Amino acid sequence: MSALLDVRNVETFYGPIMAIAGVSLAVNAGQIVTVLGANGAGKSTLLKTISGAIDCRKGQVLFEDKEIQNRDPDVVAARGIGHVPEGRDVFPFMTVEENLLIGAYGRGDRDAVKRDFETVYQYFPDLKTKKHDRAGFLSGGQQQMLAIGRAFMGRPRLMLLDEPSLGLAPLLTQTIFQIIRRINGEQGVAVLLVEQNAHAALEVAEHGFIMEVGRIVMDAPSPELMASDDVKEFYLGQSSEGIRGERRWKKRKTWR
Amino acid sequence: METSDVIQLALIGISQGCGYALVAIGFVFIYRATEIINFAHGELMMLGAFMVLTFAQIWGLNFWLSACLGILSLGVFGYLLDAVVMRRIVGESQAIIFILTVAIALMLRSLAGIIWGWSPRSLDVPFMQDVQIGGIVLGMDRIAIILGTILLCALLYWFFSRTRTGLAIQASSQSQLAAYYSRIPVKRLISVVWAIAAMVAAVAGLMMAPVTQVDTGMSAFGIKAFAGAVVGGFGSIPGALLGCLLIGLAEPFLDFFFPAFKGVYAYIIMLVVLFIRPEGLIPQTFAKKV
Repeated sequence: MSALLDVRNVETFYGPIMAIAGVSLAVNAGQIVTVLGANGAGKSTLLKTISGAIDCRKGQVLFEDKEIQNRDPDVVAARGIGHVPEGRDVFPFMTVEENLLIGAYGRGDRDAVKRDFETVYQYFPDLKTKKHDRAGFLSGGQQQMLAIGRAFMGRPRLMLLDEPSLGLAPLLTQTIFQIIRRINGEQGVAVLLVEQNAHAALEVAEHGFIMEVGRIVMDAPSPELMASDDVKEFYLGQSSEGIRGERRWKKRKTWR
Repeated sequence: METSDVIQLALIGISQGCGYALVAIGFVFIYRATEIINFAHGELMMLGAFMVLTFAQIWGLNFWLSACLGILSLGVFGYLLDAVVMRRIVGESQAIIFILTVAIALMLRSLAGIIWGWSPRSLDVPFMQDVQIGGIVLGMDRIAIILGTILLCALLYWFFSRTRTGLAIQASSQSQLAAYYSRIPVKRLISVVWAIAAMVAAVAGLMMAPVTQVDTGMSAFGIKAFAGAVVGGFGSIPGALLGCLLIGLAEPFLDFFFPAFKGVYAYIIMLVVLFIRPEGLIPQTFAKKV
């Protein structure tokens, strides 16, 4: 069986600067996959390249076996990819309900849309109580919920989540991740999750990729990544102690 | 000055302000959707008046039919103006956009002069007769402007807050990328915004035609409308309406009492407001929806 999303050797540039230097990855239907990495590793750029917000110079992006690279983002979204952008990016002057309605833009099946409203409110009860409030007045966590709900309203088969934990309290992060897992399990939506919060991301994801300066440097099932010394030290913040009991600040990463 | 004179001047002022407002709304729509300030908007209004004139007086069609055709043709023109020209300069600096829109304005004005001649023409409209209400004499054309503006604003409000396309346009102007991610064909909708703005300008041109005559100088109207939009706080629809009404209302009185600066009061008001309240009367921030 071929993968739902297949990214092959993609290279993306910002002017002369190469932001992604030949990345390949695959997401199977119904799977949660995470891409971890520090600031500036190119994670968001990767998601934007997939959803068509940025054109790539080389490589291919295949979704359900059809090439979608360098298409306009609305075309890509219509194929079944829902992008939850970094920093939520809700429509601030519109109400929660209107935001969700926009999420269902381009869908003809009105009854199904109505049912999906209920599904979203069931996942995020907070949104239901605030449905006539302006999105700009919501808290960060509620805006994140709204952004996820809005993408869900498009009934995607793959959701791209760009740092959903950004700026949220740990408890709220947990809630959001639980709901991501539920949406994945109950609705069968595959998820490509970009995160800096490696611990939370590896907990929910089946498979993980680690990105550094535009390349993928490691890729393995989550449990394996969690057990790896490099990941522990550089992403999970656990340090192994040296012989004299001091931290080895200068330990080299094995992939360099 | 008697009370009836005051009322008469006020009504003339309000109708003038409504005319400005129709043009200013177009400015604001385009600005909110694309951050382009379209200095050719007065020219679109002029073009609208000329188109109606062509249909009605050169082709000899029925007035209302010509009005519809004129407005529609401006809609098509506005759509194409964006799809063919303006779309290409998205993301360029404000200076480039400014020069481009001014250049388009000059070209449209010359083109209109070449096609329709440089001397003013009058457009016969069915609402020309004067009405007398208790000593106040008022042209039907003035009343038509006020009623037309109210109707059009209500229609636009309904469109932007109730219809799916309207909501999608709002969404695109609030966050273009998020709109794209929600499957909204942003580029096409921006062209639709241009079409709407051009059609509203055409309505303004059509309704102001009996008052001002139709000629290439009509486009100067656009600059006063721009002043009105600035007074109200650029980017806010209620602000633009208020600013334009204010300017329209103040003009005849100031012209009457201090005729020395006749014709430039719109700009004086704009300067004064900018000095006292640089953000405008109703700034764009969380104040409003459409």
